[in-house]
Amino acid sequence: MSPSRKILWAPNPSFLEAGKSTIKVLADGRFSVWHRKGVTMSWMGPREDAENAFKVRLSLRTALGDKAYAWDTNEEYLFKAMVAFSMRRVPNREGTEISHVLLCNVTQRVSFWFVVTDPSRNHTLPAVEVQSAIRLPLVAVSGGCSSLRMNRNRINNAFFLNDQTLEFLRIPATLAPPTDPSVPIWIIIFGVIFCIVIVATMLLILSGIRQHRRKNKGPSEMEDTEDKWENTVKIENGIPCDPLDMKGGHVNDAFVTEDERLTPL
Amino acid sequence: MDEARPLWATPLQFVFACISYAVGLGNVWRFPYLCQMYGGGSFLVPYIIMLTVEGMPLLYLELAVGQRMRQGSIGAWRTINPYLSGVGVASVVVSFFLSMYYNVINAWAFWYLFHSFQDPLPWSVCPLNGNRTGYDEECEKASSTQYFWYRKTLNISPSIQESGAVQWEPALCLILAWLLVYLCILRGTESTGKVVYFTALLPYCVLIVYLVRGLTLHGATNGLAYMFTPKMEQLANPKAWINAATQIFFSLGLGFGSLIAFASYNEPSNNCQKHAVIVSIINSSTSIFASVVTFSIYGFKATFNYESCLNKVILLLTNSFDLEDGFLTVSNLEEVKSYLASAYPSKYSEVFPQIKNCSLESELETAVQGTGLAFIVYTEAIKNMEVSQLWSVLYFFMLLMLGIGSMLGNTAAILTPLTDSKVISSYLPKEAISGLVCLVSCAIGLVFTMEAGNYWFDIFNDYAATLPLLLIVLVEAAAVCYLYGLRRFESDLKAMTGHALNWYWKAMWGGVSPLLIISLFVFYLSDYIITGTLQYQAWDASQGQLVTKDYPPYALAIIGLLVASSTMCIPLGALGTFIVRRLKRRDTASVA
Repeated sequence: MSPSRKILWAPNPSFLEAGKSTIKVLADGRFSVWHRKGVTMSWMGPREDAENAFKVRLSLRTALGDKAYAWDTNEEYLFKAMVAFSMRRVPNREGTEISHVLLCNVTQRVSFWFVVTDPSRNHTLPAVEVQSAIRLPLVAVSGGCSSLRMNRNRINNAFFLNDQTLEFLRIPATLAPPTDPSVPIWIIIFGVIFCIVIVATMLLILSGIRQHRRKNKGPSEMEDTEDKWENTVKIENGIPCDPLDMKGGHVNDAFVTEDERLTPL
Repeated sequence: MDEARPLWATPLQFVFACISYAVGLGNVWRFPYLCQMYGGGSFLVPYIIMLTVEGMPLLYLELAVGQRMRQGSIGAWRTINPYLSGVGVASVVVSFFLSMYYNVINAWAFWYLFHSFQDPLPWSVCPLNGNRTGYDEECEKASSTQYFWYRKTLNISPSIQESGAVQWEPALCLILAWLLVYLCILRGTESTGKVVYFTALLPYCVLIVYLVRGLTLHGATNGLAYMFTPKMEQLANPKAWINAATQIFFSLGLGFGSLIAFASYNEPSNNCQKHAVIVSIINSSTSIFASVVTFSIYGFKATFNYESCLNKVILLLTNSFDLEDGFLTVSNLEEVKSYLASAYPSKYSEVFPQIKNCSLESELETAVQGTGLAFIVYTEAIKNMEVSQLWSVLYFFMLLMLGIGSMLGNTAAILTPLTDSKVISSYLPKEAISGLVCLVSCAIGLVFTMEAGNYWFDIFNDYAATLPLLLIVLVEAAAVCYLYGLRRFESDLKAMTGHALNWYWKAMWGGVSPLLIISLFVFYLSDYIITGTLQYQAWDASQGQLVTKDYPPYALAIIGLLVASSTMCIPLGALGTFIVRRLKRRDTASVA
């Protein structure tokens, strides 16, 4: 290694195990470390490549409870497949293979870092591309933000998880906007109750007016018949009969006491 | 004798009318707060003592006066003594202020009721911000229920000076509320008598349903234990006694003239003593019952928040230290925390500031009263229940019933004297007078739907009724005992109902109750004078919480006007009668 080449990052010696790591120096001065762990090849590359890495966090027990599956290498393979699938949707990246997706630092949590390399395996793809791939719509749907979520939904569904339990840190999920109906529901219910109250009020007012009119007509009719009776009485015998008899009873207030008027309950 | 006075169809209607008037929102949102603040179970001691010493006697007094005089408050007090016509007018003025602002609560209840038919409930989620990357900032800082109340319902301005425009949504709900009230009072006792069956009974149905639901909620026992554990030392706190007296006084709705109005539609031989005792006992039992429901819901909410807080801490630690998902639980949280602190001290100290101290006690201690309890705390609890739409609809329907029931009493207090007055009733039929009163109140009530409307609402709520009512009831009790004469009143009652007046009532009316009212009055006056400037709570949208501000001078002037306009009626009425009599005497003297 020529000392004039700038070393931007050096691997932590504790990560290197004898016989399992290969350090390669690349043409432009970057170097890469291949660390074999089981069947996984981890790219512990330079810091600028670390900028293109994404941390993924899964909460299996929170999401699935007892039905939580164990996170093993097969699940990792599926994850790499999903990421490769998403990358293939990006124009110019149709040739992405599963082996181009590299996982590292898998913890018990379960969380890990991943990067996507280009076919030559020398560079990592810029974060922006990976980000757009994860958010890329499965089918170009015009209008509606729901389309942005489709790729993400596919990945979530493959693992029976959702946005909260499968987190891509640094790729914020676009929050699903709440469905807004064209007419707010509350106005509909308001309108219904408003109409009912107005109709009931009108009915009551109208029946009140009708009752009032009937009461006004009633006494005037009564007066006519009383006059007629008086006239007939006066005419009949020539002797003015007591009109009290014709009117059918009259209460003498002098003898009514408060208690007798109504029976107490 | 011209047209007979309309009567209640059965005495049961009268009792239900009194119950639906007295059992109002105060039972649901004020009593549980007082219970919590002043010693839990031990608050019941001053409460029951005040009920027997102050509540029942004064309630009986008002009902007896109404039933004996068979007129609304103005006519009744004029009959007792012509110089007291001002008392009746003061009652009507206070009732008018009350009905103006009280119906706004019904409007809010309607608003929440209409919004309960959505899934998810609109106050359970925060709306997204402009670019859809996160939630609205104000909502994040406060909570979603506070945001819905302060921003979506009230659209509150930062201070009382900034009035803003009338919000059309609450205005529509207010108009609907007034239409509903008008529909119920349209035909006088004929319509009111039927409506009170619903407004008196339905809230109890809902309360029972909520009691069963509340007691079965997870964490309800925490709230109940917290509430009912008596803190005996509070008995020595004079504020506990004063608040018990105040609560009884205002909960029964004394002094507004509504009870006089209701009783005036009674048969003269009605046993109003029995009814007074029944109504006051039912009112207080409802308060206690409602607080059991409220505290089981408090307990649920506090436990829910406490557990969410713990879960957030667990998630934070799990993510920071990449522990296995599900390893950290509530039971091992403390040991794991201490292990992590010792094993990874640097990383732990980074994470430490974000770890909140979750405490069930502090969640339970958030004591809220008034509209805050009803529209923020309760909705927060409801959104976490299953089938939350059903519980929400039931709850706001109950609030609506309670509110409308009280409004019926308030409007009766205003309308009965108006319809009794021959001058007005000869020109306009009953329906037109009711319509006019509703229209005027609604128009003025639109002030409370402006952006600063809630601040004006608080002014009316705190000052329009408190002092004037104490004065009115004091004058009432003193007038009946000393001006009219206790013995004369006693013989009137005996002739009317057939029962002799128990010595207990005489002792209370003559001595104990007036003394209590005087001491309450003195306390409140001195409290206002000592605190100096009056302050209010304003909502600060940038911080997402309430801040205390001073009232501007014109608001203080309006407060003074509110109090003065009702209390001044009493001396002015006496003065007016005095002048009129003087003039008449001069006329007759000059004629003779």
